[in-house]
Amino acid sequence: MISYGHHHFPGKLFVVEGTDGSGKSTQLSLLHQWLKAEGYPVIFSEWNSSSLVRETTRRAKKRHLFTPATFSLLHATDFADRTERDIIPPLKAGAIVLADRYIYTAFARDVARGCDRAWVREVYRFAVKPDVAFFFRAPLKVAVNRIMSGRPAFKYYEAGLDMGWADDVEESFEVFQGKILEEYDQMVDEFGLTLLDATRSIETQQREMRRIISAQLKKRRAKAD
Amino acid sequence: MVEGTDGVGRSTHIALLRSWLESRGHAVLDTGMTRSVLAGRGIKEAKTGHTLGRLTLQLYYATDFVDRFENEMLPALRAGFIVLTDRYIYSAIARAEVRGIDPTWIRSIYGLALVPDAVFYLRIPSARELVARLLDSGRRFDFWESGGDLHLGEDFYDSFIEYQTRLLNVFDRMADEYGFHVLDASRSINRVAANLRRAVAQVIDKESDPAAPTGSRRVLAPKG
Repeated sequence: MISYGHHHFPGKLFVVEGTDGSGKSTQLSLLHQWLKAEGYPVIFSEWNSSSLVRETTRRAKKRHLFTPATFSLLHATDFADRTERDIIPPLKAGAIVLADRYIYTAFARDVARGCDRAWVREVYRFAVKPDVAFFFRAPLKVAVNRIMSGRPAFKYYEAGLDMGWADDVEESFEVFQGKILEEYDQMVDEFGLTLLDATRSIETQQREMRRIISAQLKKRRAKAD
Repeated sequence: MVEGTDGVGRSTHIALLRSWLESRGHAVLDTGMTRSVLAGRGIKEAKTGHTLGRLTLQLYYATDFVDRFENEMLPALRAGFIVLTDRYIYSAIARAEVRGIDPTWIRSIYGLALVPDAVFYLRIPSARELVARLLDSGRRFDFWESGGDLHLGEDFYDSFIEYQTRLLNVFDRMADEYGFHVLDASRSINRVAANLRRAVAQVIDKESDPAAPTGSRRVLAPKG
């Protein structure tokens, strides 16, 4: 098993992270279009997308079967399947792989839910280290407002209702997002995340993202020549 | 905990042990690998397709284990039950090692498991004997029991022999590493069952003796 940081592939892995309402998915989507227009082979890998695990996750969420540890492990199982199937093979083939959310989501969320910090990092040790991991940072109030204005109801685990932080769904969700943001902030240094201010205009953020990505891709082309 | 490779007779002996323990007045919980409410069905379905990657399979087993551990084993132990498990983390660790998975990593994942009061390893010395038992019981060569995902041979038979041999080697190593009570499972059922009962009795009777020193391991002793 190759560990985080020790994989060497011809392809590039770029991921976006951030709380809900940070605008990261929009940014990634724009990046995706741009890369395709530039002629690169691009694969998009989505969080929670393993078909082998999907049914189990769905059932567990519906029937409230999770504890923090099993929640963490089942999502890690899903992620392992994605890694083995959708991430490593295209990287080996020299493609660009884009991921909306990555292991840092798991770290932030699972630790916020009470899992041991070292343990959860150890579980994900098999993950490929991204070439760039963008952290779209929006202050808590901004992110929560964006979410509240768009989405109707929060689901049980999404709002952290099993943790007993608050009885009110929205309050519980805010507490949860707050804890997640704290974890993210700590991880910027720990994992060398590329911090982007998510309160700026969409165009400004996208320009900065493309600048950073271009620099990365130039490096690759230079090596290939 | 009763450990051992496929076909050694674990479920037979657990059933016998269970009856015997209950006749002695103990409450017993028995639980086994891939039987969790959370992940049991998913694992079975995923295994049917034969497309599970090595890492994914390990993590799925781990999820199944933690679910049973938190929801079944711990509550039972607290309530004073004796927990008999058909396989514990050692089978999962062995399967992972044989697949070339980092041994430190797999042990870390199971770091939250309790150290068992006793692990009884039903040992069969060779893969060929396992085959004999498989044929005796009328079971067929299963893809996963033959290590099908590892492509170790031209057919399931060759693959089975190679895979189970490797597993046996790993188990022997772990028997030392973890201090298993090793039982010769090639003897008759009655002989093995008697040996098991004697070994279990020693563990249980020691636990209920207030004068016995308690170890520094995290062990929840079932009340005798």
